[in-house]
Amino acid sequence: MLKINNLHAVVGDREILRGINLEVNAGEVHAIMGPNGSGKSTLASVLAGSDRYEVTEGTVTYNGKNLLDMSIEERACEGLFLGFQYPVEIPGVSMANFLRHAVDEQRKCRGEEPLSAAEFLKMMREKAKIVEIENKLTNRAVNEGFSGGEKKRNEIFQMAMLEPKLAILDETDSGLDIDALRIVATGVTKLKRPDNATIVITHYQRLLDYIVPDFVHVLYDGRIIKTAGKELAMELEEKGYDWLIKEYR
Amino acid sequence: MEEQDRILSEATSGEYKYGFVTDIETETIRKGLDENVVRTISEKKNEPQWMTDYRLKAFECWKDMAMPTWAHLDIPDINYQDIIYYAAPKQKDGPKSMDEVDPELIDTFNKLGIPLEEQLALAGVAVDAVMDSVSVKTTFKETLAEKGIIFCSFSEALQDHPELVKKYMGSVVPYKDNYFAALNAAVFSDGSFCYIPKGVRCPMELSTYFRINAANTGQFERTLIIADEGSYVSYLEGCTAPRRDENQLHAAVVEIVVHKDAEVKYSTVQNWYPGDKEGRGGIYNFVTKRGICQGDNAKLSWTQVETGSAITWKYPNCILLGDNSVGEFYSVALTNNYQQADTGTKMIHIGKNTRSRIVSKGISAGKSQNSYRGLVKVGKKAYNARNFSQCDSLLIGDKCGAHTFPYIEVTNKSSVVEHEATTSKIGEDQLFYCNQRGISTEDAVGLIVNGYAKEVLNKLPMEFAVEAQKLLSLSLEGSVG
Repeated sequence: MLKINNLHAVVGDREILRGINLEVNAGEVHAIMGPNGSGKSTLASVLAGSDRYEVTEGTVTYNGKNLLDMSIEERACEGLFLGFQYPVEIPGVSMANFLRHAVDEQRKCRGEEPLSAAEFLKMMREKAKIVEIENKLTNRAVNEGFSGGEKKRNEIFQMAMLEPKLAILDETDSGLDIDALRIVATGVTKLKRPDNATIVITHYQRLLDYIVPDFVHVLYDGRIIKTAGKELAMELEEKGYDWLIKEYR
Repeated sequence: MEEQDRILSEATSGEYKYGFVTDIETETIRKGLDENVVRTISEKKNEPQWMTDYRLKAFECWKDMAMPTWAHLDIPDINYQDIIYYAAPKQKDGPKSMDEVDPELIDTFNKLGIPLEEQLALAGVAVDAVMDSVSVKTTFKETLAEKGIIFCSFSEALQDHPELVKKYMGSVVPYKDNYFAALNAAVFSDGSFCYIPKGVRCPMELSTYFRINAANTGQFERTLIIADEGSYVSYLEGCTAPRRDENQLHAAVVEIVVHKDAEVKYSTVQNWYPGDKEGRGGIYNFVTKRGICQGDNAKLSWTQVETGSAITWKYPNCILLGDNSVGEFYSVALTNNYQQADTGTKMIHIGKNTRSRIVSKGISAGKSQNSYRGLVKVGKKAYNARNFSQCDSLLIGDKCGAHTFPYIEVTNKSSVVEHEATTSKIGEDQLFYCNQRGISTEDAVGLIVNGYAKEVLNKLPMEFAVEAQKLLSLSLEGSVG
């Protein structure tokens, strides 16, 4: 589904990604861990197409297409979803209206008819249950006045609505209390299907108690320095990153 | 950042959709302005002597006045002798039925989305269509007349209801008021007139649609609305003009008299040709709008969505004379490319317990300059007067300007005046967020801007709110870049 080959990216004259290699197949859950400043969020942003970063080297193939040639919205329409670490507020635009635009645009790209108002509302009600959010939330402006936990749940709600093929969740667990964490993680697990894949970027092992990864990668200094199974996360929780970094050096 | 600039510039460089010219035979008078021109216009309108005299007095007054220079606007010199002050599509005088209206004219208004055939019209909206200097057709006149409502062109009102016109015209905006009001009083050619009798709630929206068509002409219309005791009317004006390289002058006057317990809601969707991307052409929109809450418990509400014109100079005003009277001003002013707007309101509290509310949302894109200028004045006897003002500015890109000039003059200690202001930018982050969900940048800008302006758009009559939303998105097409 996704094949990243020797990916380098810079912001200004600072190189942040320094040769990432990663392959993700349908049905898999990958966790990307690593200390602060290692490039985790940059990787997520670059995959989503943020123009804050410039790709200087390497290739990314997504469903057989050159991902780096595609615009941000083309990537979205091809089923790439980014769960934001810091979701932005859009005052005056209701969640329902925002999602209506998003769902319709993505359907249009796939050559599908827009949903009727009734179908759309029904879909919203069903999906809202997955992340246990109240219907009221969909009438509020996008992320405006949302608590930290609401914002993160709202990201997963959008993921549920858009049914992506590849979801990249950037520190979706940060700032969540244990109940919210459970709800978010359960939501993600419920949305898992054999034909989609998830990349979970996280700091802590605790999210991985709920979302069980097939692979754990450690990102350090712009490179993946270690890849292993889910047991690696436990080991990291116990021993920290230092031993790995030493090994790498 | 470059990418964002590109998208911004694209989203704000949308094409003006109403820039076509109607090919119709037009009767014009010679260029220039002098006493004879004023007399000629009055003659063409077959006006009573007092009206001619009024015009001439206004003209004398105007000659001694100077153009106001206090606004935050860069207005090129206007040669008032290079303008044609009267242009009328040639047609039989005052067409009574649709068959007599030139098909070209019907077609023009159809293209603008304003069908003049009553059976095709928006349900519940009566329209007075004005092209250049004359009213083309007023719909639903008969239906309204059954309730005693007078809705017709200004010229007709002068013929059929001279006593009303004489009583009220100039009572709210005297010709001495300002340079453009004086010019208008001298050369105005048509406009709408509306009278709602005592206790009548107008059953439909009244609307005037102004269209400039002829080249080198100015448009000077006058609107007079009188809401008698306990009556209610919602009134809407719209305006468009062809795309031309030279600038055209539009100097209108709107006067509203709201009697005891009456309410008037006046909405404007202003979409005059704004000029092209390089700032060539466009309408100079210098407008004086004022209403007076004459009696107790009267209410006047101005709502405006301003997206057009090269230069806008306008400050809809409420004089709150009656006790407990209420004034409101809701505004969205959008400027793009090289447009300039200096707009706001005046709330003059004179009566006791008068209340006013100002919500102004400025949106600047491209290289435009957008200013809010507002006066809240509380007189000595305006006990317990209350004002709340909120002025927000939204910037798109980094080459535009947003300015706020609030003036507050309070001479009564029991009054409360509040002013809030914010400035924000459409962020790269917001656009990225929308894009990531599959929403194109253009749609995203439209969505964000409409969200920002929502509080004001909600005040528009339903049918027009949708139009205004589209207009906002359209006017910003290509501004994000």
